[in-house]
Amino acid sequence: MTIAAPRRFTGGRRIDISQLIVWAIGGILLAIVLLGSILTLRAGHYTAAQWRDFVVFGIAQGAIYALIALGYTMVYGVLRMINFAHGEVFMSGAMTTFFLADYLNRSGFLKAHPWISLVAMLLFSGLVSMTVAVLVERIAYRPLRGAPRLVPLITAVGASFFLQYTFRGLFGSGVRAYPAIPVLQGKLWVFQKTQVAVFIGVLITLALLVLFLQRTRAGLAIRAVAEDREAAALMGVDVDRAIVTTFAVGGFMAGIAGVLYALVFVQVQFFMGFLPGIKAFTAAVLGGIGNLPGAAVGGLVLGVIESIGPSLFFDGYGIRAAHQLKDVIAFTILVLILIFRPTGLLGERLGGEERV
Amino acid sequence: MIVRAARRAIFIGLVAGIAGWHLSLVGLIPAFAQRRLVGDTLTFSYALLIALLALAAFATGRRYPGAAQRIPWGVLSALVSSLMLFLLALLVTHLNLRQILLNATPELARVLTFGGGASGAGLVRLLLIGLLAGLFAGGLSALPRPWGRVIVSAALMTLLLGLLRDVLGPLLPRVVTSFLYGTAGLSLAGAVVTFLLATVLFTLRWSLRANAVTARATAAVPATVRQPVIQALLLLILASVPLWAGLFLSNVADFVGFYILMGLGLNLVLGFAGLLDLGYVAFFAVGAYTMAVLTSPEVGQRFTLDFWVALPIAVVTTVLAGLLVGLPVLRMRGDYLAIATLGFGEIVRLLVLSDWLKPYLGGAQGVTRIARPSIASWRIDSPQEFYLLVLISCLFAWFLSVRLRDSRLGRSWFAIREDEHVAQAMGINRVTAKLSAFAIGASFGGLSGALFASLVGSVVPASFSLLVSINVVALLVLGGMGSLPGVVVGALALVGLPELLREFQEYRLLVYGIVLIAMMLFRPAGLLPERIHRRELEEAVEEAREIAPAEIATGRG
Amino acid sequence: MVLLETSHLTKRFGGLVALRDVDLVVQERAIHSVIGPNGAGKTTLFNCITGFLVPDAGDIRFSGTSITGLRPDLVARLGIARTYQNIRLFRHLSVLDNVLIGLHPHINYSLLDAILRTPRYRRAERAAEREARELLAFVGLAGKEFFTAANLPYGDQRRLEIARALALRPKLLLLDEPTAGMNPHETEEMIRLIRRLRDERGITILLIEHDMKVVMNISDVVTVLDFGEKIAEGTPEEVRRDPRVIEAYLGRGAASGLGPSTLPLPGEA
Repeated sequence: MTIAAPRRFTGGRRIDISQLIVWAIGGILLAIVLLGSILTLRAGHYTAAQWRDFVVFGIAQGAIYALIALGYTMVYGVLRMINFAHGEVFMSGAMTTFFLADYLNRSGFLKAHPWISLVAMLLFSGLVSMTVAVLVERIAYRPLRGAPRLVPLITAVGASFFLQYTFRGLFGSGVRAYPAIPVLQGKLWVFQKTQVAVFIGVLITLALLVLFLQRTRAGLAIRAVAEDREAAALMGVDVDRAIVTTFAVGGFMAGIAGVLYALVFVQVQFFMGFLPGIKAFTAAVLGGIGNLPGAAVGGLVLGVIESIGPSLFFDGYGIRAAHQLKDVIAFTILVLILIFRPTGLLGERLGGEERV
Repeated sequence: MIVRAARRAIFIGLVAGIAGWHLSLVGLIPAFAQRRLVGDTLTFSYALLIALLALAAFATGRRYPGAAQRIPWGVLSALVSSLMLFLLALLVTHLNLRQILLNATPELARVLTFGGGASGAGLVRLLLIGLLAGLFAGGLSALPRPWGRVIVSAALMTLLLGLLRDVLGPLLPRVVTSFLYGTAGLSLAGAVVTFLLATVLFTLRWSLRANAVTARATAAVPATVRQPVIQALLLLILASVPLWAGLFLSNVADFVGFYILMGLGLNLVLGFAGLLDLGYVAFFAVGAYTMAVLTSPEVGQRFTLDFWVALPIAVVTTVLAGLLVGLPVLRMRGDYLAIATLGFGEIVRLLVLSDWLKPYLGGAQGVTRIARPSIASWRIDSPQEFYLLVLISCLFAWFLSVRLRDSRLGRSWFAIREDEHVAQAMGINRVTAKLSAFAIGASFGGLSGALFASLVGSVVPASFSLLVSINVVALLVLGGMGSLPGVVVGALALVGLPELLREFQEYRLLVYGIVLIAMMLFRPAGLLPERIHRRELEEAVEEAREIAPAEIATGRG
Repeated sequence: MVLLETSHLTKRFGGLVALRDVDLVVQERAIHSVIGPNGAGKTTLFNCITGFLVPDAGDIRFSGTSITGLRPDLVARLGIARTYQNIRLFRHLSVLDNVLIGLHPHINYSLLDAILRTPRYRRAERAAEREARELLAFVGLAGKEFFTAANLPYGDQRRLEIARALALRPKLLLLDEPTAGMNPHETEEMIRLIRRLRDERGITILLIEHDMKVVMNISDVVTVLDFGEKIAEGTPEEVRRDPRVIEAYLGRGAASGLGPSTLPLPGEA
């Protein structure tokens, strides 16, 4: 077989036609977005206050994504696998805690001691999600460690649907509304109080996570395993235990995120884990999977883009019901980041696969 | 030693009990309380519970060499599980959990105790059944080589026949039906006869395989003669379906066909080339919507095309979509590829759903009045007639799959699946190899979608959710990735059965989840493994098990 | 005749220079060894030649034409085949399929031929299978065509990897530590096989090897790399006495008379 005019490159990288096409598509998308933004801003349909509200909402939502994203990133850090069922871990906490919240509300305790109730709900949700995460690891992942990558990925998808439909079977497919928490109603300056609460909640959780990873032996073990599992094992780190701890901590944070999510969006349902799960994964990759600060940054960036995006990018074109395209934006970011910068904005701290 | 054995037996009993709690509380067991399999007593729920108890006993017993240990420890496990079930019945009866748990009803308690209720009588019943199930499972596993398997197969066959009463009843000759079936499920006599017949059948099959004389006899007919004969017979049976199957069954067969087509398509991508595409539904959607837009007068351009013109356009469009998805994901590693394709699938669904594209694609209400095919004056309208079209498409896809598998392109897919780096060092262009897998795989999905749109006559975005992709992946995993007969078996089990059993619909995805996990854990190569692929996955999982406890499992994958 | 030539070949990974200005000339029908301590850049050199890495600077010429930065599959089609240090077979395919995949570039029929099973397809497939069987016989794996590759014993896996590489009908074969992990007897057989590759099939061999006994035994020319730079080149005997080589291998001071004045020969070590 002859090779017609082989294309050659030096300077460390190679570009071929398939890549050029992909870059061209990316360029067109970018142009569409830029043009749309300019058109929107010139049209001036939105006031500054509206844009501010978009951003504030985006930050609150992004903070929740960040919390879930940490679970993805930590698991990826120690196991180099995507815990596809993590969105369901998040859902299980939020769904279960509904019944606690409902009980507290009916008994009047919620009104009398809103802060205690809130903390109880957060802890309860965290514990439920943690249990679920640990069980998933034990049943669906651990027996398959070391198998080809495809295998745990498939069990992860399986676990995801198993959990969704288990909760549907247990609690029904209806939407349940969390009771309103009296102290969180109303506004604080330009912010909704719930948004402030969510943001503070996320900050506290993040601080606790950093403390845990930096200051405790278990945290040290996790970091060691993430750095180099083999070496960690040789140094006497109990790898299995470190992995379980990772799932537990990631699960706990997902549970907390579940309650915070319910504060913002009120309604919970068995299917609620799917979108936040995917978006949090997007956030994790956006920040650089395996990279903890990256997950936080990625969450915020994604939340804000998703919140202002539909109006900013599409309003200028006069597209009907642009808000429906919110998830399209999120998924497009996901695909684009996987194509163009799979190591994320801040880089994959834990290093990816050997690329040769 | 005895303490350890007892602890293990109790542990397995507890695990099975928890599984029973799960199945009960998600509603799977109570849902089948009305589905009678044999006589008036044996409902599907009871069969499930008994199977659970027997499984517990089997799982415990299999670790021991002889019946003397297998049976007692197995029975212990089954009894522990029975106690767990009784405990749940007690809880459900005496605590009002219905506010939270939908299925914690008194009805559940009755089902769990085999009608005895959460009382002494129920406890006795449960323990007795546990004892029998344990003895049965232990005894079976103690039987010499083929017998355990033959009896289990025959029993399953009998239950399946009972399960399919509503489907099979009208198809069989009146005499047979009235003998086999009672008011619901098999009659007692029918069950006994079925069981005996099935036993004879399975025994025969086994002895045919094991017996050297018959093996030689079959070998006397050369494969070149035998295979076409078998194929022709199969084809005849398949082609005759519309003649004996009613409207409902033909409809189900059509849907199974759509999934077989998609399964064969994804098999090229996932089974052959090893690329997990979680957005395969996108191609199904592209095919369906192309057909819809081109042939329905409702949307887009004012003209409409004939079905036969639109069909090739739909397939070509899907091929282009396959290339479009394939190009950007060429360089992605496995897990990212899965998520990126999932993203593509969702983007397609959301765009179709949006008001923005409503003038062109119909928005949430979808598109109706899609054309049906006609040949000369014969309009292919009913599911029975449509079946032939679906069958031909499936056969064509199968044929193509076989031919591609045995070509250099197929080998290059296998090479990419096994080791992408080395494949390139062997002169394989990964761009061509992967893109061709995506494009050809997509075309099967597009064909399936176009036929689907035409048969149903309308398309709505809700038919193209992620669940379709998961369904296709699950059926591949169940049948065996890379295995063509596996696709058919998977589609029959995961699409056909649920369509036939109305109660099952709700638990479909729960079962898919269980299938995906359980298959990967216990039988990663699937029910009908591809000869070569089987070794790969099973060995790898075996190896993973061996090093799992204190594993050092980097470097692979 | 020069078959392969690199000039000023340079490859960096971030701050690390894996190859610096490497000039290498491989004569046709030579058995040419590349040696050097761990991390000297030997495998990077192989990856640059086979197109898996694109060098930052420099040129690689193969039988007169530049192949710098050419895609790996095109490099393979030009006639450069390789094996791996840690055997990389298509582990779960049959032995025969492994070799058939190597023949991929030489099987000529269209997709339509394959779908319709035209005479052209049948002819090409039959010829390919014949060639594959012949190659398997050449490396001593006749009769094992339908074993799963992963189930072969270690030595046979090495042979299969070579047979698969031969299926490309290469002019140049890159062998990455072909005797790693072998016992003396197996090593002896491998050396014989490598010689036969050159003598019977006229294939030029470029080889990375740690076992000095093997290197000294079969090489026509030895190139020594250290920290990405070429520090010596010549016949085994010349290289063995080169003070810079001894220094690289045994550390500073060794060359100044404190250590042995040559690299250990078989039996001396």
